[in-house]
Amino acid sequence: MSPPEAATAEIIRLTAVDLASKIKSGELSAVEVTQAHLDRIADVDGTIHAFLYVDGERALRSATRVDAKIAARESVGPLAGVPLALKDILTYTGAPTTCGSKILEGWLPPYDATVTRRLLDHDIVILGKTNLDEFAMGSSTENSAYGPTRNPWDLDRIPGGSGGGSAAAVAAFEAPLAIGTDTGGSIRQPAAVTGTVGVKPTYGGSSRYGLVALASSLDQPGPCARTVLDAALLHQVIAGHDPCDSTSVDQPVPDVVTAARSADIRGMKVGVVSELGGEGYAPGVEQRFGEAVELLSSLGAEIIEVSCPHFVYALPAYYLILPAECSSNLAKFDAMRFGLRVGDDGVASAEQVMAATREAGFGAEVKRRIIIGTYALSSGYYEAYYGQAQKVRTLISRDFDKAFSQVDVLVSPSTPITAFKIGEKVDDPLAMYMNDLCTIPSNLAGNASASFPIGLAPEDGLPVGLQVMAPPLADDRLYRVGAALEAALEPAWGGPLLDRLPEPEAAR
Amino acid sequence: MALTTEDVANLARLARIELSEAELEILAPQLDVILESVARVSEVAAQDIPPTSHALPLTNVFRDDELRPSLPRELVLAGAPAAEQMRFRVPRILGEEA
Repeated sequence: MSPPEAATAEIIRLTAVDLASKIKSGELSAVEVTQAHLDRIADVDGTIHAFLYVDGERALRSATRVDAKIAARESVGPLAGVPLALKDILTYTGAPTTCGSKILEGWLPPYDATVTRRLLDHDIVILGKTNLDEFAMGSSTENSAYGPTRNPWDLDRIPGGSGGGSAAAVAAFEAPLAIGTDTGGSIRQPAAVTGTVGVKPTYGGSSRYGLVALASSLDQPGPCARTVLDAALLHQVIAGHDPCDSTSVDQPVPDVVTAARSADIRGMKVGVVSELGGEGYAPGVEQRFGEAVELLSSLGAEIIEVSCPHFVYALPAYYLILPAECSSNLAKFDAMRFGLRVGDDGVASAEQVMAATREAGFGAEVKRRIIIGTYALSSGYYEAYYGQAQKVRTLISRDFDKAFSQVDVLVSPSTPITAFKIGEKVDDPLAMYMNDLCTIPSNLAGNASASFPIGLAPEDGLPVGLQVMAPPLADDRLYRVGAALEAALEPAWGGPLLDRLPEPEAAR
Repeated sequence: MALTTEDVANLARLARIELSEAELEILAPQLDVILESVARVSEVAAQDIPPTSHALPLTNVFRDDELRPSLPRELVLAGAPAAEQMRFRVPRILGEEA
């Protein structure tokens, strides 16, 4: 039974916080809420293509169980019954995990990721799996083997990447919440170009168990949402120590929810990174960023210009460290134990089958990065490339340490430009890599970082994001700044930024 | 450094990817541009700077040596490209001369 259309339109625009409270009070049922989102997906996802797999029947069964628990007055999680979209790089048994790759087409994982387990244990309803650049390698979702996702703000443009599916699902009101993973900006850059909120927790803040590894020393799952408080509530659900991930931090989760509720930044020292701006940044990005910094100042923050001289070397260091790690991590796709196998004719050797399978199963960007990584790790080049990149990583961490001895948080634009046209940069890998210029330093240093919407660029009417970077395990500061911006900007805009989003059907 | 298509073919062999001639033609110049750009890392990192392999300081993590059930064999083999007699079936691993 579908709720009437008007009710659907209203339900899908509610925040996760409001949905949870209405479900708990009985004003709405979890089944109604889930059905409304499934209807929305059916309506718009043919155009947006945020989802690779919609798990409708199971979502409705989960919602029924949540309703029964609430009716029986059992205790439920703070986001009980709220629907969520899961990036298709985290395992969820019963649904395929493809990582946007042909090499894993139709693969059913034998276990749940810890993040998935926590979502389910907290009574969150998983709607399905979202599109991404193959194995999370990309900034536009164009590298998905299953076709690109479209930006709800302009269907001819990219929704960012690699988590373009998660960001677009949230922006297009297909789900109030989503999970992303951030290796070089894959949560924050899509958030910026879709006008949504995306947070990369401190490295080790959330578990990587069951996350198909791209670069193990950089990958980090995190929340995507339309509001700062929604993101904080989701952050709290998924974060925390996991014995299955030896790199996860065995310390209490920073109190992100209280920070998001407080929105008080009076007396906070905010550093503006001088290296992240100027040439190559779109005028509308610089304008909105400048206005947002002024706004932070007017809200009581002390603004200080800070130099992080080695940040300009973050991009080259990243494009050595990441390929090195991914060439090793993706070696497991060897056509023997899971996924695709081609050319096994009874004559070909295991090695020939392996090479033929990887040729057929991997897309161009994956091949590029595996080969770069193989080069960087080969004897004779190791010191000049990988070794040097690891030293740059030290220098970037030292820049952060020095900056955080002067300020509480750092800010920059989240990405130098707004959403670009689909196809515009596919043949120019270096131009594509520039999208992550501002986000990469936090992955290399492992500190917490987030992107929050700060308006539309005047020249193209597309969303602009502000990045906040906080020291390791000070994730709460991100939410404090994000909530302050949101509380001040929404009244000025006359409502949430996403209220100005054209309807996907009408935008065509 | 000008990476040749032969260099790329060599690297692809090491990485176990059977690239076509057409791909090699496209990849060699692309990879060349990328490598030239990333080589900038040598500009700054002096001898005395220690390398960082991991973002945050890590210590070895131990756990108690407890028996835990492993994944059921059926479930694991269900995801395999080929299985036989409850085992992974793989192509031949030795050459003719072996």
